[in-house]
Amino acid sequence: MNQFIEWISQPWPWYVAGPMIGLTVPALLILGNKAFGISSSLRHICAACVPAGIPFFTYDWKKEIWNLLFVLGTAIGGFIAMNFLTNPDTIVISEATQADLKALGLTNFSDLMPLEIFNWDTAFTGKGILFFVIGGFLVGFGTRYAGGCTSGHAIMGISSLQWPSLVATIFFMVGGFFMTHVLLAPLMKLVGF
Amino acid sequence: MGSIADPNCVAPNSSQTTDKGLALLKYVLIGTVFGIVFVKAEIISWFRIQEMFRLQSFHMFGVIGSAIVTGIISIQLIKRLKIKSIQGEAIVIPTKEFKKGQVIGGFIFGLGWAITGACPGPLFAQIGSGYTVVLVTLVAALAGTWVYGRFEKYFPN
Repeated sequence: MNQFIEWISQPWPWYVAGPMIGLTVPALLILGNKAFGISSSLRHICAACVPAGIPFFTYDWKKEIWNLLFVLGTAIGGFIAMNFLTNPDTIVISEATQADLKALGLTNFSDLMPLEIFNWDTAFTGKGILFFVIGGFLVGFGTRYAGGCTSGHAIMGISSLQWPSLVATIFFMVGGFFMTHVLLAPLMKLVGF
Repeated sequence: MGSIADPNCVAPNSSQTTDKGLALLKYVLIGTVFGIVFVKAEIISWFRIQEMFRLQSFHMFGVIGSAIVTGIISIQLIKRLKIKSIQGEAIVIPTKEFKKGQVIGGFIFGLGWAITGACPGPLFAQIGSGYTVVLVTLVAALAGTWVYGRFEKYFPN
């Protein structure tokens, strides 16, 4: 048992993680006739908490409660993995990425997240406004406007061979490349890196 | 609400039977496995997303690519073997219609993905794994979703 825990505590390679994520698609279809999609949970939370009479949020969200339970599970999974299946070694980040990020002002590469950004002390500074408030807003707004995120479009949509989802996925990547290579450096400078 | 829900809803619920009580637990369990994979394969890592957008590591492309291949094979099997859900219903795969939003909204989401290092799934896994400051990102994402819903008719689609 201990050996097993030790073995699954290593970082999992892509060829294990990818198929496991892909299997979420048939699991949800077969166990409940549900289409895989995560960003809709954000919509359901809005519908449940602040519908404000807006047609987009006026629907029977209780029928979609499975989706909220799924993301609750995702958070629980994060807790279990981080507390009971902890990777004993430091994360290995590509040398080239480290060099690029050092040029942008980051120095700590010991954790899954850049700890100089992801802590409560930065939350309400310029850095927090950029990385959490603006970034989060773009994620919520963009996914809803696009009608899905990486799970709903890139995985569920492309898996069911629907070309609009391929278009959406291409533009997710275009947006990501544009932010990373064009906007990120000046924005990080602006917030004090 | 009709049984096939409104077409705007992106996680249309095709099931005719309603899960109640313990039957709902299975979604928590599938989500839990999903969250564990997200952390153990370091998909929740801001650095892994930067590596992906800088084309400096194959990891994330491998994850997404092999997830899609697995999804395609599974859906083809479900369709060809006419597999039913455990409730005995014919499995319905919702159709995605093309809208301008997939281009404009997709691009906007991409911008946010590269800043936060997270799409919506990893957001929840990050919070659960103890990066509680990501709650701020989650609230901001809810605000973004709400603003889209509130002003939907003004955005080209």
